Amino acid sequence: MNPLPAASAKCEVSFTVNGEAKKLLAHPMERLLDVLRNDLKLTGTKEGCGEGECGSCSVLLDGMLVNSCLVPVAQASGASIVTIEGMSAHALMHPLQKAFLECGGAQCGICTPGMILAAVHLLENKPEPSAAEIREGLAGNLCRCTGYMQIFEAVARAARRRVAK
Amino acid sequence: MQDRHIVGASVPRKEGWDKVTGAARYVDDMVLPGMLYGATVRSNIARGKIRKTTFDPSVAWDEFVLVKAQDIPGKNCIALILDDQPCLASETVNHPEEPILLLAHADRHKLRRAVEAVSIEYEPLPPVHTIEESERRAPIIWGSDNTFKSYLVEKGEVDAIWKEAAHIIEGEYFTGAQEQLYIENNGVIAAFDPKNGVTVWGSLQCPYYVHKALMALCGLPEDKVRVIQMETGGAFGGKEEYPSMIAGHAALLAIKSRRPVKIVYDRMEDMVATTKRHPSQTRHRTAVSKDGKILGGEIEFTIDGGAYATLSSVVLSRGTIHAGGPYYWPSVRIRTKALATNTPPHGAFRGFGAPQSLFAMERHMDHIAKVVGISPAEIRRRNFLKPGQTTTTQQVIREEIDLHHLLDRALELSDYAAKKARFANENKAGMLRKGMGIAAFLHGAGFTGSGERYLNSVVGVEAGADGNVRVLVSSAEFGQGTNTVLCQIAAEALGLPYENVAIAQPDTAVVPNSGPTVASRTAMIVGKLVQSAAKGIKETLTEAGLLDDDYTPEQFRAACQKYLAVHAALKSYARYEAPGNVYWDDEKYRGEAYGAFAWAVYVAEVTVDLTTYAVTVDDFVALQEVGKVLHPVLAEGQITGGVAQAIGFALYEKVVWQNGRMINNQMTNYIMPTSADLPPIRVFFEELGNAHGAHGAKGIGELPMDGPAPAIVNAVEDATGIRFRSIPLLPEDLFEALGPALLEQDAPSSTRGTA
Repeated sequence: MNPLPAASAKCEVSFTVNGEAKKLLAHPMERLLDVLRNDLKLTGTKEGCGEGECGSCSVLLDGMLVNSCLVPVAQASGASIVTIEGMSAHALMHPLQKAFLECGGAQCGICTPGMILAAVHLLENKPEPSAAEIREGLAGNLCRCTGYMQIFEAVARAARRRVAK
Repeated sequence: MQDRHIVGASVPRKEGWDKVTGAARYVDDMVLPGMLYGATVRSNIARGKIRKTTFDPSVAWDEFVLVKAQDIPGKNCIALILDDQPCLASETVNHPEEPILLLAHADRHKLRRAVEAVSIEYEPLPPVHTIEESERRAPIIWGSDNTFKSYLVEKGEVDAIWKEAAHIIEGEYFTGAQEQLYIENNGVIAAFDPKNGVTVWGSLQCPYYVHKALMALCGLPEDKVRVIQMETGGAFGGKEEYPSMIAGHAALLAIKSRRPVKIVYDRMEDMVATTKRHPSQTRHRTAVSKDGKILGGEIEFTIDGGAYATLSSVVLSRGTIHAGGPYYWPSVRIRTKALATNTPPHGAFRGFGAPQSLFAMERHMDHIAKVVGISPAEIRRRNFLKPGQTTTTQQVIREEIDLHHLLDRALELSDYAAKKARFANENKAGMLRKGMGIAAFLHGAGFTGSGERYLNSVVGVEAGADGNVRVLVSSAEFGQGTNTVLCQIAAEALGLPYENVAIAQPDTAVVPNSGPTVASRTAMIVGKLVQSAAKGIKETLTEAGLLDDDYTPEQFRAACQKYLAVHAALKSYARYEAPGNVYWDDEKYRGEAYGAFAWAVYVAEVTVDLTTYAVTVDDFVALQEVGKVLHPVLAEGQITGGVAQAIGFALYEKVVWQNGRMINNQMTNYIMPTSADLPPIRVFFEELGNAHGAHGAKGIGELPMDGPAPAIVNAVEDATGIRFRSIPLLPEDLFEALGPALLEQDAPSSTRGTA
């Protein structure tokens, strides 16, 4: 929650969220995170730090992995946004979810939506990542529960299964 | 009945699917109609008297709900052990983030500005910020001597051993504060209506702690306070006592406004205002024989408790009992105390005092080895506790634990001997120095001494007409696997598929008080009760003649259906009964401190970079004996996660204090390990079993927090030859210790180079 200027003139913002066109009134400096969670009720995107360190609020914006707490909503105008809720049909999603469950990649679950989006983003760009590439690819997403080992294992397992197909 | 065992199998996490799809509901995901947002106006000085409160007239205050100490319907305290902490300060403040006023408004942006528009004038009083200042009692800020609690443990004739000693070895060790840094901040929603009283939904570990605190604060009877735990995004002890405070605040605003109120902290408020790990200092003075046997010693362990007593006495207790490590002390005197300072109260954090005193013990063992002239492995071998011997509190070790075997196996798994020899040779040149470090330790499972007897936990299991079973406990899931493990135990006890067993959401209106979700007690103590309660269901059905000893899930369902056709409910409860042979003397601090200990030997391999002064952990072996492993994947996750937090404790996570306030209260400048910072954490188990726990389980959650820091600092000493005594050990500390020495070394060679 950042304080906004007192006389917050709202403006109209249009973008696509999870394939659906959305048009809403928002202060231009409102965080994309708050618009997703409060206005669009997409609460799978989580706030952890509010300053772009933890990655819990990760979403895909025109295919890029971004921290939605650092994106003023005006900047998302015209963009195509994908949140965890919009991923169910993605080809990588089921293998990743399954592997996270099998390997223990989710403990408290609060970093998990962001972590899975980061993993999707990684595997889209590097279908067969090395161990070092997995570490590097997830380094923007903090997890306090797992010590990451089981997350690395889950991502590697999902990648292997996908390649085997 | 099925043949396949559910306990010991890595079944899917009960709430796992919701977590990987983003559907899991945390408190900030919940919105109630007409809900307001709450915020806290806090002090900004460490200690003083409140003189005057001014409200900036440019704010439309009539739009806001305002709560002061005078509005509290019950007692102005956060009820816990001693009721010394006010919910809202009224006359004096004792730390720089003490809550004074509460505000609520429907618009969060207006709320933020309003908090800044309240100014409070103080008459400052001299504060105390360190253990030393608190010990000097200048000034006295709490009670008669700044001491929340002290303990004395005595065994044998310590005063007689000094003259027999070949070596008297002293050392002083320090550990810093550490932030739990759960990724989900503290948060609650409270609602009130005169008929039902207060209901709170929150991110928390101990629903009945909050329940007790709200009864006192709101002046309400038991049945007019209801606490419901939402999915909780990490806790690690950080949501043990603080939720009572934030729930109290939200409840007061809800009572005054008659509207639901949500308070969710942002990261900066959570880090600056809520509890952290107690900073500690430990002094060892040890009498050692010529061949490296501990003859006896004195240990002084002191923790900084912050401004109020909260849980410090209990944290101190665990630190006290673990201070002697997994070693045999023929005689020992352990004097410990928890002191007051004008910082926000320190609190529960995984390990709960043990990581602090064990850091000192395990660093000191390496020091003893060096003085005696034997290896770190050998000094431990010569002093390990053996079955039949007694601990510092004179608890007889009845388990068949073989610490020699654990050590040998950990050394083998880490390739210790070969690496140590190789590094000693390679370290002679170059800018990278490598080292190996060992830590051997133990962790007691469950509440200390008579604690479990006082808790008197109850769990329930109920079956429905559909043959499905529900576990009723107040034990909370916050990542560690409570839901899954307790359902496994119930399913196994009833011979039903895991899928047929669910766990109720912890809700004080629905579940009995199975105690707090702390102290590595859930699998061992609550698990055992779940097992008994589940068996009670089976017995009820058998005694009613509805079920044979051997049955299928379908027959079980039919039996439940028949039973429920004539009875209102099919429920079974089990209450904790202390094992007969457990003896504990609270006065002398002597006896059976814990029903069981988990044991471990960890080995760290590190590189110290003499160019950047950074320490990197290259490999980490974590070998432990935790009794029966109920769920291999979850158990391994507990260890890797704990080791990662402890690597942060050792090398990264420094709380920077200024006038009693944390000033690096952001993830940007308080650094926890990322995926790029950690070594492979290799986890291994030994399974001895335990008479007291379900299927022989012991506690596991806290153990991995205890060993990594000393193992790593021991490895840094192995690499550099410098005896670091304090954590966190940051590059600047290494620079300070190593820099001048290196510059001296380098100067002549560079002179030669240019000549």
